[in-house]
Amino acid sequence: MHSLPLNYKLTAFKTIVWKEVRRFLRIWVQTLVPPVITISLYFVIFGNLIGSRIGQMNGFTYMEFIVPGLIMTAVINNSYANVVSSFFSQKYQRSIEELLVSPVPNYVILAGFVIGGVSRGLAIGVIATIMSLFFSGLHMHNIIITLLVVLMSSIVFSLGGFINAIYANKFDDITIIPTFVLTPLIYFGGVFYSVDLLPDFWRLISQINPIFYMVNAFRYGILGVSDVNVVFAFTMLVLFTVTLFVFALFLLRRGKGLRH
Amino acid sequence: MTPAISIKDLYKTYDNGFEALKGISLDVAEGDFFALLGANGAGKSTTIGVLSTLVRKTSGSVQVFGKNVDTNSYETKLDLGVVPQEVNFNHFEKVFDIVVTQGGYYGLPVKLAKERTEKYLRQLGLWDKHDQQARNLSGGMKRRLLIARALVHEPRLLLLDEPTAGVDIELRRSTWEFLQEINRGGTTIILTTHYLEEAETLCRNIAMIDAGVIVENTSMKSLLRKLHQEYFLLDLREELSETPVLEGYNCELKDPAILEVALESNQDLNDVFAKLQALNIQVKSMRNKSNRLEQLFVSLLQKPEQVA
Repeated sequence: MHSLPLNYKLTAFKTIVWKEVRRFLRIWVQTLVPPVITISLYFVIFGNLIGSRIGQMNGFTYMEFIVPGLIMTAVINNSYANVVSSFFSQKYQRSIEELLVSPVPNYVILAGFVIGGVSRGLAIGVIATIMSLFFSGLHMHNIIITLLVVLMSSIVFSLGGFINAIYANKFDDITIIPTFVLTPLIYFGGVFYSVDLLPDFWRLISQINPIFYMVNAFRYGILGVSDVNVVFAFTMLVLFTVTLFVFALFLLRRGKGLRH
Repeated sequence: MTPAISIKDLYKTYDNGFEALKGISLDVAEGDFFALLGANGAGKSTTIGVLSTLVRKTSGSVQVFGKNVDTNSYETKLDLGVVPQEVNFNHFEKVFDIVVTQGGYYGLPVKLAKERTEKYLRQLGLWDKHDQQARNLSGGMKRRLLIARALVHEPRLLLLDEPTAGVDIELRRSTWEFLQEINRGGTTIILTTHYLEEAETLCRNIAMIDAGVIVENTSMKSLLRKLHQEYFLLDLREELSETPVLEGYNCELKDPAILEVALESNQDLNDVFAKLQALNIQVKSMRNKSNRLEQLFVSLLQKPEQVA
């Protein structure tokens, strides 16, 4: 099996990423504005109004405690949404065939879409962080851990969005997972509470939720507190990333939903 | 010389059990302008799909310029440009961006991709629209945009799946001229079309496919020689009340001033005119009743066993 020169692959990769970034910037009213409004409402209602009556959690004000979780929620939601909607739209209107007839290797296609999703996720993460400064001071316990966690979480959910788009046959199929899977996982992932508050059974259940590790590792990077061992959280993130990447590549190679 | 395309015993059965290709074999020479004709569902688009890798073959081998598409997928794809039957670009992208992006997928540096994009958009009369979203283009313009997109990496082989479907006559003819120019430049072209006049005008060689089987594969000239009977419509200077009797010819008065004459391959028009002259019937003008290839197409696909 012959391979393309590296510079071809890099050019193709940059082309896919730039196309994805151009897409979410072109429709910024749909992609960038709604998360800003949603997260502002969370800060005002949960952080400010309700949070002031809750008091401290793990040694921080409730607002400070939920900020990392809310930023992470915005990042993973938008990473997922970008890839699932972009890839499915291209599949639906068959413009994905532009890529499929070209010599771009499958792993470059996958990497291009994932980095497109990460770009939107991180853009929203930055905006959410700036928004949080209006409501809470900026803590930074460990910037490297913070950046690594947010990057890996964004990759995991971009891969999830890609797999969802491959299996989707109609537009309903790309909203089912975010509504019935992603949202419950986020709410039960420790964004709004410490897992120490849960009964033993639900604490155990939380540990099979990937978002639980992401939120807590991110919270550790910002606040220095976590319900879970950070090394273990990173191990889980690497495991999710590798598993989803290999599975997505397998689906692309099989041409699932793409080639007849 | 290595053929541009070499297909051997190609079978394709879709997941629903439909056998689209039943062991077709086909060679297309480098530099050829080749027509692949057939009715809807005959297997033309499936063949194009297998060549472009959008359709996975069930069995058989496909080589592009001597390279196997299974083992040299990347190299064969670099040699291919594909114009699909349906418009399949993002309608919200700008015309210029659609073509430049495709160049990027083929590894073209941005500067070169932009230069090529401008070159082909100008040649196809789309430069005035380069900054507009593709949804604002007319149907004919969209089809020409597909051609520009397929050419941006300057492939050695261009696959055109009904490139002028729904395009008005003027645009169709200018597209033909453009494709002939591309072909003269050395690009091999394989064309599927429903417009048989298009195939007759453009293509040197032709294959007809019916129900997944190649029923004819020859040069356009040889194929047209197989036409046993042609129908001509003669516009008469004066109206007739009844069909004139021309010995040895089947004639029918379609209208008081239009006479239809059937001409066998061993007969010629001069003889018809002489017989009409003898009856003092003046012919004002004359035209073929239908496209010659169309007549052959119908006869071949209705009676494939007679061709063999």
